[in-house]
Amino acid sequence: MCTDCGCTAQKEHTVHSRDNTQVHTLANEPIVIDVHQSLLFENDKQATRNREQLIQHNITAINLMSSPGSGKTALLERTIDELAGKHRIAVIEGDLETENDARRIRAKGVDAIQITTGSACHLDALMIANALQQLDLKKIDLLFIENVGNLVCPASFDLGQHHNVTLLSTTEGDDKPEKYPVIFRAADLVLISKSDLLAVLDDFDPRRARQSLASITGNTPLLQLSAKTGDGFDQWTEWLHNSTLTHQQVK
Amino acid sequence: MHELALCRGLLQQLNQIADEHQASAIKSIHLKIGPLAGIEIELLKRSFPLVAHGTDAQDAALEITAIPATVQCQECDKKSEMEGIQFICPHCGSTATMLLSGDEMTLESVVLEQHEVKATHHVH
Repeated sequence: MCTDCGCTAQKEHTVHSRDNTQVHTLANEPIVIDVHQSLLFENDKQATRNREQLIQHNITAINLMSSPGSGKTALLERTIDELAGKHRIAVIEGDLETENDARRIRAKGVDAIQITTGSACHLDALMIANALQQLDLKKIDLLFIENVGNLVCPASFDLGQHHNVTLLSTTEGDDKPEKYPVIFRAADLVLISKSDLLAVLDDFDPRRARQSLASITGNTPLLQLSAKTGDGFDQWTEWLHNSTLTHQQVK
Repeated sequence: MHELALCRGLLQQLNQIADEHQASAIKSIHLKIGPLAGIEIELLKRSFPLVAHGTDAQDAALEITAIPATVQCQECDKKSEMEGIQFICPHCGSTATMLLSGDEMTLESVVLEQHEVKATHHVH
C-alpha cells in the first residue's frame, strides 16, 4: 500500500492535482522523473540574463560566426571606421589563444575584451556574462561578438545576442550553406566576404552561394562585401543601423 | 565537437534533479536528439562516461532517441519528413519551409533510485 495516499497501488504512481504533480513511490522503487528540458538549459538561462542586461542598457549585440580566416576581424575594423560617430561600439573577441584580434580592434580606439577559450570550440553565455562585466555598458550601443572561427559549434550556443551574422568568404566553397546548414539557418544575415577576390577566383559563384543558402533557409538576406575596398559596406551598415534596438524603438 | 560541453551541462541538470529527489543513484537517462541539433550521437555516448565518472550518474544507462526532421511547407501547407538536410518541400519544390521538428536536444526523463526505505512523497 502507498503510505502517501493509502491507495493499493503496487508501484510508483503519479497523482495530479490542480497546481502540482505528486509522485508517490513505494520503498526503494525507482522513480521516473519527466524533465523535457533542453540540454542547453543552463546556457540558455544565462543567455536570457545577458540579453536582458543588454536591453536594459539599450545595447544591440551582433554575434559574428564563420570559419577561421573568413575575415571577421577585418570586417569589424572597417565597420568601426564606417560607423565612427554614428554608433558607440565595443567588441568581444573569441579565440582559442592570443590577444591578437582584440589588439587590432583596440588600435581602432574601440574597447575590446578578448576571451581565450583554450581548447573550447565556441563561446558560451557564461563567458559573455564575464566579458560584459569588464565593459562599461553605459558607453556602448552596439556590441559585436566575434565568435570562435568554427562553422559547427557556435550555432548551438545562445549568447544573449540579438542577431546572428554568418560570413561566407569567397575563398571557401559556394556550397558551404548546404554543408553546414545549422549555422547558416541560425543566421539573420549572411555576408559573402572578400568580394574583391571574385575577379581572380573562378570557382566561387555568388549566384550558386545564393541558391545554396536558399535551399536551406528560404529567405535569409545575403549581402556581398569587401573589407578591403569597402564595396557593399553601405548596405551592411544600413542593415546594422536598422537592426539596432534604438532604431526599432523609433520605428 | 561540443559534445563534452553538452555532457557537462547535462550532468549539472542531472545532479540537480537527483538532489531534489534525494536519489542515491541515477539508473537511466533518456534524451531526444534531432539531426539539426548539431550533435553526433555516437560522440555524445562516448563523452558521457568521461564526465559522469565518479558521480551519481556514472552507472546510468544513456538512452538516446534520434528523432526525424520534419518541415511544413508555407506554400502548399504539406508536412514532410526531411531526407538528409533538405529544406525544400518534396511536394511542390518550395524553399519556404518551416521546421517542425529536428533541432531538439532535450533531456526527456530520468529514472532515479532512492535512499529511503520508507515510502516518500515528491512535489515538483
